[in-house]
Amino acid sequence: MIIVETIIYGLVVGAVYGVVALGFVLIYKSSSVLNLAQGALLMLGGFTCLQIYQWLPGGVLFFILAVIVTLVIAALLGFSIERLALRPLIGEPLISVIMMTIGLNVLLIGIGYAIWESGNYAYPTDIIPIGFMTILGTSISYKYIFSLIIALFCLLLFGLFFQFTRSGIAMRATADDQLAAQSLGISTSQIFRNAWAIGCITAAIGGIIIGFLIGLNCYNTPVLGLRVLPVVLLGGLDSIPGAIIGGLIVGVTENLAGAYLDPLLYQWLGWGGTRDVFPYFLIMIILMLKPYGLFGWVRIERI
Amino acid sequence: MHNPCGIFNETYEQDLAIFRTKWQWFFLVGGIALAASAPLFLNSYIVGILILIFTTTIVLHGLNILTGYCGQISLAQAAFAAVGAYTSALLCQYVPQFAWFPEWFKGGFNFWLTVPIAGLTAGLIGVLFGIPALRLRGFYLVMATLAAHFIILWFITQWIGTQARRLPAPHLAGIILNSEESYYYVVLVAVIILTYFAKNLVRTRLGRAWIAIRDNDLAAEVMGISLFRYKLSAFFIGCFFAGVGGALWAHYTRSITPEYYLIHYGLWYLGYIIVGGMGATVGPFFGAGFLIILTELLAYVISALSGVFHGIENYLSAAREVLFGLVVVLFMILEPRGIAHRWQIFKAYYRLFPYAH
Repeated sequence: MIIVETIIYGLVVGAVYGVVALGFVLIYKSSSVLNLAQGALLMLGGFTCLQIYQWLPGGVLFFILAVIVTLVIAALLGFSIERLALRPLIGEPLISVIMMTIGLNVLLIGIGYAIWESGNYAYPTDIIPIGFMTILGTSISYKYIFSLIIALFCLLLFGLFFQFTRSGIAMRATADDQLAAQSLGISTSQIFRNAWAIGCITAAIGGIIIGFLIGLNCYNTPVLGLRVLPVVLLGGLDSIPGAIIGGLIVGVTENLAGAYLDPLLYQWLGWGGTRDVFPYFLIMIILMLKPYGLFGWVRIERI
Repeated sequence: MHNPCGIFNETYEQDLAIFRTKWQWFFLVGGIALAASAPLFLNSYIVGILILIFTTTIVLHGLNILTGYCGQISLAQAAFAAVGAYTSALLCQYVPQFAWFPEWFKGGFNFWLTVPIAGLTAGLIGVLFGIPALRLRGFYLVMATLAAHFIILWFITQWIGTQARRLPAPHLAGIILNSEESYYYVVLVAVIILTYFAKNLVRTRLGRAWIAIRDNDLAAEVMGISLFRYKLSAFFIGCFFAGVGGALWAHYTRSITPEYYLIHYGLWYLGYIIVGGMGATVGPFFGAGFLIILTELLAYVISALSGVFHGIENYLSAAREVLFGLVVVLFMILEPRGIAHRWQIFKAYYRLFPYAH
């Protein structure tokens, strides 16, 4: 059953997209900054974890240690980006903010090039056992199942965080109305800082999962960060469930396009690569019909 | 813009003049003369860099109109430059077969014909991808242009292929313009004409409508400015410039692959106009000049240091990225209005020199 297999792989990829998209949505929701540097953060997170693991003796426990250290570094990076780069831009127009994150993206990718140079880096194979599991008549590699579990776990964790914890609720309040949140005693600058830390952490988790699934590369991994943007837009920039559902929709549809549309186009025109470009066609159509995504807030514009 | 002490505008013509004083005319004529004589005293490598700066400036004029004047942020400028370059490349290779074509056209398209057609094609495709801009705003529009970039590049790589395409050198009156020095004059004339065009375009009714849309598009619409017409005209003209610039650059390198137009370059173009200063016609010159010269200096410094530190030349591409990122980040923090704003301050200071008031 090729369709079942395609859909299951699509769900796995979609869940990973969902985790990375969560980072975008978080930062956007709390501070109205769309972080175009997410791709670079993805790459840096994946590489940092790999590098730390290579310094350690090896084994699953040390891998978990490496992940924890990576997440701490990611959080610190998030704090410092917010403090040094984004804080001076409060009140500046949209283009400044966009350009700042683009500049950060280029800067961080440059640092990545300098440290890891070119070539593909695969994660060690002794962390997740190599093997297959049979679900609904299709065999799926353990690493996909593992990635799906991690991704779903993260989504659940962040969902609960926003629903129930004090700082999660404060973040939502800030996103809703900065002025009102401030007048109720919420420190918005602290919220921005936390949002950036969480954004960087989700990016690092995404990077580690991508490292397991397809390996890391200085050239391709940052572009993966841009591939998550259709997901974010599909769900709406300020909706957390939207990020997750958008991720699953994009993951499944792009895999379906790869499985069914790609051979068709190849037969007719000799074209390929439909899978990679399909999400962009999808958002062009969706944005024409629903300019704020499926679940995004429709802002009523006033003069 | 204020005039120097003692010069008053007494007629409408004087009020509208771009160049008002004798000194401004002197600097204009002197600058053009200096630029025109550059190949006489610079070596061909530096002339090549000047060609890069001028073709980039043409592309940036388009982005400046689209983003700086009309407020429609676009990440797809590199894709529109690619459309221009490929249109020109494909048309130059195409030899018409039909008997009813006029005699002068039997040899096929040449450079002089394909460059404007490249601009028009890029402009029309820009209008197509600008249609979502009518409903989208802010980040959603940025993402739509990002999608446009990937879709256009996908069409190019799949339809035309990833192998390098060769382009002919332009001919003029029997002379082949294939050296840096001779092609430089083509680019120089193009950049002067297009800069004049860009400067005057933003002073017309069209330009004022764009500025109104940039400042507040709802208010502009209420005032009776048709958003449909003016946003799409901004996309058309912005992408027209991109197509012309892309085609001119392609005829200089005379071999193009889709790798010259990755998303990376679209982001860099936006960085160039930010550093140069948006919403000013001199901005693209400053941005392209400053950043391209800076990256060339970096390459020079690194090649000079490679004798001392072995292996440092492997870090050139990384260092270039870091430098660009750093420059953009520092400009955003320290001078978000770009070099053009500093230039304004400088001019205002020297207008009153040596008296401060």
